[in-house]
Amino acid sequence: MSMTIHVDIVSAEASIYSGLAEMVYAPGEIGELGIAPRHAPLVTRLKPGEIRVDTGKEELDFFISGGILEIQPHVVTVLADTAIRADDLDEAKALKAKKRAEDALADKASDIDFAKAQAELAEAAAQLQAISRLRKTR
Amino acid sequence: MAVGKEIKTKIASVQSTQKITRAMEMVAASKMRKTQERVMAARPYAKKMSQVIRHLAQASSEYKHAYLSERDVKRVGIILISSDRGLCGGLNSNLFRKFVGQLKQWNDAGTEVAMASIGSKGEGFLGRLGGKVLGSVTHLGESPSIEDLIGVVKTMLTEYDEGKIDRFYIAHNDYVNTMTQSPKIVQLLPVYTEELEEELTHHWDYIYEPDAKDVLDQLLGRYIESLVYQGVLENNACEQAARMVAMKSASDNAGTLIDELQLIYNKARQASITQELSEIVAGAAAV
Repeated sequence: MSMTIHVDIVSAEASIYSGLAEMVYAPGEIGELGIAPRHAPLVTRLKPGEIRVDTGKEELDFFISGGILEIQPHVVTVLADTAIRADDLDEAKALKAKKRAEDALADKASDIDFAKAQAELAEAAAQLQAISRLRKTR
Repeated sequence: MAVGKEIKTKIASVQSTQKITRAMEMVAASKMRKTQERVMAARPYAKKMSQVIRHLAQASSEYKHAYLSERDVKRVGIILISSDRGLCGGLNSNLFRKFVGQLKQWNDAGTEVAMASIGSKGEGFLGRLGGKVLGSVTHLGESPSIEDLIGVVKTMLTEYDEGKIDRFYIAHNDYVNTMTQSPKIVQLLPVYTEELEEELTHHWDYIYEPDAKDVLDQLLGRYIESLVYQGVLENNACEQAARMVAMKSASDNAGTLIDELQLIYNKARQASITQELSEIVAGAAAV
């Protein structure tokens, strides 16, 4: 029997693949990696691309949009990104979150009014219930 | 019968309320199962990541990352994770109470606090509370994706990178079981490394491509994101469970109310029949 290496491909939202392989190919940031069992420990970032897992019987393909690859002598772990990532994209999202918070603060008055109205409504409902209970006991 | 009609209308209105609460209960029950599955599906990623980070902490790395080292606490950052909708019992108020308690502790210690929120209930709460709100995201729906969270997490991480906050927390509800949800405040940064034990007998290090700093930067960033994501998923599961329980008790209450009203109606009906009868009998006797 030939040597195998354990492969785990996981993303934040789901586990994608877990199993044994004879060879794994991954798109490393500074070049394509071919990983055979007993590879030296290595950590690298991944480019968007294809991960090929050769199980000896068949070859499986997984597309990833980036992520991190960790290699231990008997385990390969792919931590795949689910979102398309770039620094300026992240920045844009951060700005959006910030703006949203500012808008919400500017909108404070209406929110308080709503909360107040809600509280008044709850009070009125409680009063109604109390009245109906009084009526009943009479 | 005038009295009877009033009560009849009241019964009908309570019945239609009960129908709604019962439907909401069933919807929440089915959603709860799905959200739980999602929490389970997200676990392997965070687990694998913490394994890799543990390896990195153990390996004799030449580079010490800011996310792994403690510094003096002058300012802290916290993300408050809440639900988007109400009608889920005391779920959000319990969390907010715990949050305010923690804020008070920090205030007493003279620590400044920067806040951010996920979920519209939390957004409204922070707005009413006042104070510095850095970012906010709402309406993630039942199946939130990491992509929606990147922005708000990034604002906090940038603050941390720039030294504007020295610790980073999240506050969310932890799913214990269907009946119990406990509000929790968890420290994310600096990454808690005390429990990482030295297991290795010899010193070794990874080969880093392109270099240790870049890889660690990305890895730790993703790790924090995945922890926040897990918090959101947990909170979602809690929301559905709490809503299910709240709606169940609302349906039960409506049931008792209907029973009571029905009894009153029957009594009133019987009283009016008795009265009519006695009037007829009295009339016949007079003739």
